[in-house]
Amino acid sequence: MKELICIICPRGCHLVVDENLNVSGNNCPRGEIYAKNELTNPTRTLTSTVKIISKKACRLPVKSEKPIAKNLLFNAMDEINKVTTKSPVRIGDIVIKNICNTGINIIACKTILE
Amino acid sequence: MIERSLVVIGGGSAGMEAAIHAYKLGVRDILIIEKNNYLGGILDQCIHNGFGLGEFKEELTGPEFMSRLSEQIEQLKINYRLNSNVLNISKDKIVTYSNKSEGIVEIKAKAIIFTTGCYERSAGSIALPGDRPVGIFTAGQAQLYLNKEGYLVGKRVFILGSGDIGLIMARRMTLEGAKVLGVAELMPYSAGLNRNITQCLKDFNIPLYLSHTVKKVIGKKRLEKVVIAPVDEHFNFIEGHDLVFDVDVLLLSVGLIPNVDLLKNLGITFTKNKGAKVNNLLETEIPGLFTAGNVLHVHDLVDDVVKEAREAALGAARYLKNELKENASQIETLAGNGIGYIVPSIIEIENVIEDVTLKFRVKKPYHDKFIYFSLNDKIIKKMFKPAIIPSEMEVVTLKKDLFINSTGSLKVYVEEK
Repeated sequence: MKELICIICPRGCHLVVDENLNVSGNNCPRGEIYAKNELTNPTRTLTSTVKIISKKACRLPVKSEKPIAKNLLFNAMDEINKVTTKSPVRIGDIVIKNICNTGINIIACKTILE
Repeated sequence: MIERSLVVIGGGSAGMEAAIHAYKLGVRDILIIEKNNYLGGILDQCIHNGFGLGEFKEELTGPEFMSRLSEQIEQLKINYRLNSNVLNISKDKIVTYSNKSEGIVEIKAKAIIFTTGCYERSAGSIALPGDRPVGIFTAGQAQLYLNKEGYLVGKRVFILGSGDIGLIMARRMTLEGAKVLGVAELMPYSAGLNRNITQCLKDFNIPLYLSHTVKKVIGKKRLEKVVIAPVDEHFNFIEGHDLVFDVDVLLLSVGLIPNVDLLKNLGITFTKNKGAKVNNLLETEIPGLFTAGNVLHVHDLVDDVVKEAREAALGAARYLKNELKENASQIETLAGNGIGYIVPSIIEIENVIEDVTLKFRVKKPYHDKFIYFSLNDKIIKKMFKPAIIPSEMEVVTLKKDLFINSTGSLKVYVEEK
């Protein structure tokens, strides 16, 4: 038996998972998926910034398109901190392809045109 | 003097959504006044995700959420002024602002929506004991430096206060290579959301010291050490359990204060949570002056802020169309046992369309309790809560039909056995 706090949304449900991966305490189906993943392959969406050459800003906020394995977060940060991008950038533009060979891209969270 | 139907003061999430919604309700002559050089407010530096699940049914970062709103402002061609400081609001709703290109401008507003957000409590406002070296920042300041300027304010960090911004910064600074040695919280429970305790502290093995606070700050020029000690139930230090941390940064995440200064000379009443006293239309004691968002009361989620902004926009639109009954009879809301505060303070049932929305927080965590709503001592609703905590705002809607009287008081309280 393991107790978890669901992090899928700010509601923060208190989840209980038994030995057979049966989940209780969740208020929505996403809680069950979260609890199972958390005990087998925990993942997190990574958000950070990269350097941008622009008139308007010096950092561009970015995120992983999908959650990536928790144990790769620091490796991904190393890659992110090596990148310099240039305006114009639009929301959703790929900033780093296939971060840490996960098949997941790091994308821009803000449009910076100048 | 220039006249405007609606002036929105503050172009953060509440102000943008208030303007957008007022526009959708038929108000056309709108001006947003924003002190910064962009629309979006604090969301611009909140690069973490978790925004928008209520509003857009997807998980967005702060900048993405902000863009959804600012794009609508552009599409609807709603007027705004950036880099503009509001200097005064008068009782007859003349708004004075200044900026570099226009100088000092006065506008006569038919209605105002006041959405200036809040600011962070500082070292001075909590009488932090000890030295005042370089290295003490509010969590939001450190967030601005890191996320917008690219500066990490230190390498060895302690955080006082378990508010969400502090927890978010614990993770953020850890990911950028700083060592976060711990978070101290004066109360016996966290002030932040449960999910942030998990994903910001537990994920990185950052200890949370509940019922602990800073006893002393030590450092000549740069911060050198902080001394943390446990407190008893009266918040007095328990001797002999001091913890000393070698740090170069102390972050403060010790609460937010509604930015109501511009309302101070209007002679209106403020509630004990420091926002203006409002009725169910989110109208202050000055007819036509509405307020919403974190300047009214601090919200946990931007999704709740924009919802509230729509309530204020609806109030303002109805006011502008002369749809509101003047001098409507009033029901006062009372925070009873276990309840910290309630928004709104006044319900004008004659001005309610369908539902009355009440927002409140409990004073301390409760389990398996009923919350009662009693109108002139007659219970009109009760609801069971398996778990209810101060860091999560409760929103309850009550049908208009439940209000059999249109005067008196509505008390909200937690059942104590």
